[in-house]
Amino acid sequence: MRTLTKVLGYILLTIAALTFIYPFLWMASASLKPENEIGTLALVSENFSLRGYSAVFKQIPIARALFNSGLVSITSTASVLVLSSMVGYALARLRFVGRDSIFNLVLLTMMIPGQLLLIPLYILVVRLGWTDSYRALIIPAMVSNMGIIVFRQFFKALPQDLIDAARIDGCSDYRILFQIFWPLSKPVLITVGIITFIGSWNEVLWPLIVIRRWSMMTMPQMVTLFHVGGLAGAQVAAEMAAAMMLALPVVVAYLFFQRYFIESLALSGIKG
Amino acid sequence: MPEIAEIDPVRGRQPLFGRLAEQYRMSDKTGYVMVLPYVLHFLLFTAYPLIFAFVLVFCRWDIVTPMEFIGIRNIQRLFRDATFWTAVINTLRFLALHIPLQIVLSLLIAVILNGPIKFRSFFRGAFFLPFVISGAVVTILWQQLYSTDAGILNLILTRIGMQPVPWLTDPAWAIYSIAIMATWKNMGFYIVLFLAGLQNVPPELYEAASIDGANRYQQFWRITLPLLQPVMLLVVILSTIGGFSLFIEPFVMTGGGPAESTLSVVLYLYKQAFQFLRMGYAATIGFALAIMIFLVTFIQRRLLDTDQPA
Repeated sequence: MRTLTKVLGYILLTIAALTFIYPFLWMASASLKPENEIGTLALVSENFSLRGYSAVFKQIPIARALFNSGLVSITSTASVLVLSSMVGYALARLRFVGRDSIFNLVLLTMMIPGQLLLIPLYILVVRLGWTDSYRALIIPAMVSNMGIIVFRQFFKALPQDLIDAARIDGCSDYRILFQIFWPLSKPVLITVGIITFIGSWNEVLWPLIVIRRWSMMTMPQMVTLFHVGGLAGAQVAAEMAAAMMLALPVVVAYLFFQRYFIESLALSGIKG
Repeated sequence: MPEIAEIDPVRGRQPLFGRLAEQYRMSDKTGYVMVLPYVLHFLLFTAYPLIFAFVLVFCRWDIVTPMEFIGIRNIQRLFRDATFWTAVINTLRFLALHIPLQIVLSLLIAVILNGPIKFRSFFRGAFFLPFVISGAVVTILWQQLYSTDAGILNLILTRIGMQPVPWLTDPAWAIYSIAIMATWKNMGFYIVLFLAGLQNVPPELYEAASIDGANRYQQFWRITLPLLQPVMLLVVILSTIGGFSLFIEPFVMTGGGPAESTLSVVLYLYKQAFQFLRMGYAATIGFALAIMIFLVTFIQRRLLDTDQPA
């Protein structure tokens, strides 16, 4: 009986795992296949070619979109780490009038659904003249409430002796934060970093609203419009190739840092 | 570390303003500098848009011509707008399949993974993969898999002797096809939540139960499930919020069709704002969406509070 359940368990898991992996392998394979072989289950073909990829490069400025996405995701992640850890430090370790009000503000703001602010934020960006610019993509995403809460919680648990000793040596709070606390905070830096980076890399609704010029688009937006706008024609291989280029950087990072990804993103659900 | 004095021993209790001034004098000024960027960002990108969204509810505005105050007409319109309610009902239909499917499947896999299993981290990693990948990629891929004539899902169905399914082309099927895809995309995430919940169940409970002669199924129904209730609630809340936030899926796969059967609230908001330039009405939909999300989360949290033992 025990062995039977065990074998059944493995069979079920394997089938389930295949259901999760096979579609991605199929996508990778379809991006390389000639059109008449795409509607088949086989993952390998003798007629593999890079024609789908070259079609993508010919029809849309995808290299530019890769650059845009990288720039936007990296700058907003860096900014979230610096600014949120600063607020987290102030809320956890400094005493000042209004501190608790600011922490309550952070908790309250986190409950506002993003869709509520979509229209007025768009209008604000139009008024500031930021449409079709990096500013529209980066600046509204420079702070993270979830990041502040995670940093505050972590910094609260670090020993006060660290701060006292550093103060005696004449360290400013900025040096304490960035030279003493940061090196001790790798787990939270990784967590907040991954959540922010993945969120930014995959974001599609906001860019669709504030970016119209092809040269300013991010990857998810360009790949979506390539598909929806009919630019890919009926070339499924080209659509799959574009989707592959959007997925690949994240998949590669995921393969190397799987454990961090899973732990970080699971936390994002519990906190957010 | 300077203590913030509450009552001065010599001068006694001071008036409120004097106390605040005193506390401010004792405050760490660096704290203000450190939170300043956040506060400015909050004022410009959260507080101002929030107030502006509220003003927009009472206005008609196409961005080009001047804003016009129209009282509560946007709200009246919302209640009479059959298309908006279709979008709400579509969301409920989506959730009616998505939530039970998500809970049953991810709990089943989590329970198996929680046992003495080899390659656990491989399996967990495989299930989690779709969750890290952009929704744009997942929808573009699944639209291809779902294709009625050329999709491999129908190819597999016909191979095993079943009828092909009009996944995205039939109004009766389309929203459920999207629900299945969403379940697939998020399952790894919920498996991890359930695994964490399962690991929090004290093993003594199972030992005690098996001494009392309870078999494994009884143990599951009487011990595991009741103790997993908080995780269950989290899963329901998060997938409900996810359901109300559906956008890229119908945007890419169906454009809201066929016959508005996959129109989501956010897609409707997007269309009102950027196809018809009705900013006031779109902001009203935004508020309605926020209120629905609050209500659902509030009710679900209430349900947990009353059910929790002691």
